[in-house]
Amino acid sequence: MSDSRWLRWWQSDVMWSWRRSPVAIVSTAVFFALAFAAIFAPLVAPYTPFDPSSLNLMDGFTAPGETGMGSGNKYWLGTDDQGRDIFSAILYGMRLSLFIGVMAVTLAAILGISLGLIAGYFGGWIDAVIMRIADIQLTFPSILVAMLIFGVARGLTPPELRDQMAVWVLIISIGLSDWVQFARTVRSSAMVESRKEYVQAARLIGRSPMIILRKHLLPNVMSPVLVIATISLALAIILEATLSFLGVGAPPTKPSLGTLIRIGQDFLFAGEWWIILFPSLTLLVLALSVNLLGDWLRDVLNPKLR
Amino acid sequence: MFAYIIRRFFQGALVLGIVGFIAFSMFRFIGDPYENILGQDATVLDRQALEERLGLNKPIAIQYLKFLGNAMQGEFGVSYRNGIPVSEMIAQRLPATIELAIVSALFALFLGVLLGVYTAINRDGFLANFIMTTSLIGVSLPTFLIGILLIWVFAVELNVLPSFGRGETVEIWGWKTGLATASGLKSIILPAITLGLYQMTLVMRLVRSEMLEVLRTDYIRFARARGLTRRAINFGHALKNTLLPVITIIGIQLGQIIAFAIITETVFQWPGVGLLFINAVNFVDVPIMATYLLLVGSLFVVINLVVDLLYVVIDPRLRLDGTEAR
Repeated sequence: MSDSRWLRWWQSDVMWSWRRSPVAIVSTAVFFALAFAAIFAPLVAPYTPFDPSSLNLMDGFTAPGETGMGSGNKYWLGTDDQGRDIFSAILYGMRLSLFIGVMAVTLAAILGISLGLIAGYFGGWIDAVIMRIADIQLTFPSILVAMLIFGVARGLTPPELRDQMAVWVLIISIGLSDWVQFARTVRSSAMVESRKEYVQAARLIGRSPMIILRKHLLPNVMSPVLVIATISLALAIILEATLSFLGVGAPPTKPSLGTLIRIGQDFLFAGEWWIILFPSLTLLVLALSVNLLGDWLRDVLNPKLR
Repeated sequence: MFAYIIRRFFQGALVLGIVGFIAFSMFRFIGDPYENILGQDATVLDRQALEERLGLNKPIAIQYLKFLGNAMQGEFGVSYRNGIPVSEMIAQRLPATIELAIVSALFALFLGVLLGVYTAINRDGFLANFIMTTSLIGVSLPTFLIGILLIWVFAVELNVLPSFGRGETVEIWGWKTGLATASGLKSIILPAITLGLYQMTLVMRLVRSEMLEVLRTDYIRFARARGLTRRAINFGHALKNTLLPVITIIGIQLGQIIAFAIITETVFQWPGVGLLFINAVNFVDVPIMATYLLLVGSLFVVINLVVDLLYVVIDPRLRLDGTEAR
């Protein structure tokens, strides 16, 4: 049974166009390779960069490919001022960046889909209120909204917990700044779908609105959501990196890619270029692969969105 | 038409009211206002005096109205961190941000139009294709990486342009400007490119596609038949008709430029309000955060309103009442 299911999946329209698009194949491969390395960072990384006991200060500023002065370890991408292995730091940083990105997009998607379904199905004043809020939020660039939420949340958490809570605060602020896209798209599909006969039939036989929304409407509005989610993931990763770079994101004790770039900027003038270059390249490749994947998905699933 | 304008005004006022309420709530509910102002070892008497002075014992609605009244008179309280009135700090730093934003917008506008026209006229040329492709890469780079890249190339490797600060400034009629000195002009180049690059590509793409469309129309063909020079056709006839959407786009993008100035100002340590704001977020300096929110909020509302109204003035097709069929 499962064999034929795999075959059906492999022969579906989406997979057919995937096999014929070199860009899609390469970006999928790159993204999954990066994601794999990030998820299994503790196994893949040669060193534990944030365990102070394993650091050797004499190894500081080792150039890429050289051995550290203190320990004699080899560092492929060099070390920073405290002798932390850049390669391992990138793996852990990417892990955090991806985690925050995925969680933030999930939050935004749940919020946006629910509000969009409700607005599209019920219409009337509920729709008006939700969409007015969306309009107002859309007036402001999402980076500003995220910063503001971050600042407020920071003010509400006690100072001694701020570093620990930073990751969750980031997820909430990025997630809340990004739900509007989901809500708008889902609302317009839900409005179309809810006038169709199968929804009216479900209403006639007395199914509750909650069930109609979840069982009937939701599956039929999902395909554009997938596209928006992928593009949002790229945006969320860049937004997180930007916030962390500005110093209002992941703390230096638990750095994401953006924090690593922030740390590296201090050494750019001194000539230690590798501390900033490799995290920047990683961020770039990660965001680009997700972006290209999103573009391809959009073309395949919903040519109208182009 | 009139109803449309009234409705737009009403919407703008509503947004401002909400933004104001958020700013007020930040003041009132983040942290303990008593402790923030008086410090930790204040007596009960001190607290009562402060309560009386700031009206913290009045109903929330009254407090909100008083907050709005103060804000309209330019009183935004005192920074928690260094005890200077926020209005003073903002006024001191606003010129830097405004100059940066204007120079970036002009850069985006002029270079964008120029490259847009060029890529449209030489549609299949090698250089035109090269510009289009690089612009795609430029758009997918995050702003702060563009800034770092520029610093690396022009400040570290070539050592021709400064990488931080505004350079020398002079005061002209109470406005501290960096645009009147050589070092100030040199300092603004890299930040302005960083900030305006995204808008530049936007303008370029817009001008290109509009130009391609216009160049196909009959009146351009007729102009060619009349034997006008290429320059007169391209710039006098074709470009003129593409500028309308470009101006509205730049208008809308001004908000984006102000927001992204926060990033550029951090990368280049540009002493503007964006840098002030990001430091305030870091230290939870609520009065500065709230004031910045109010400032940017009103700016966005005004920009949106002006752009909406301009649309109506410029494009007669939009002069419809909401009741008429679209």
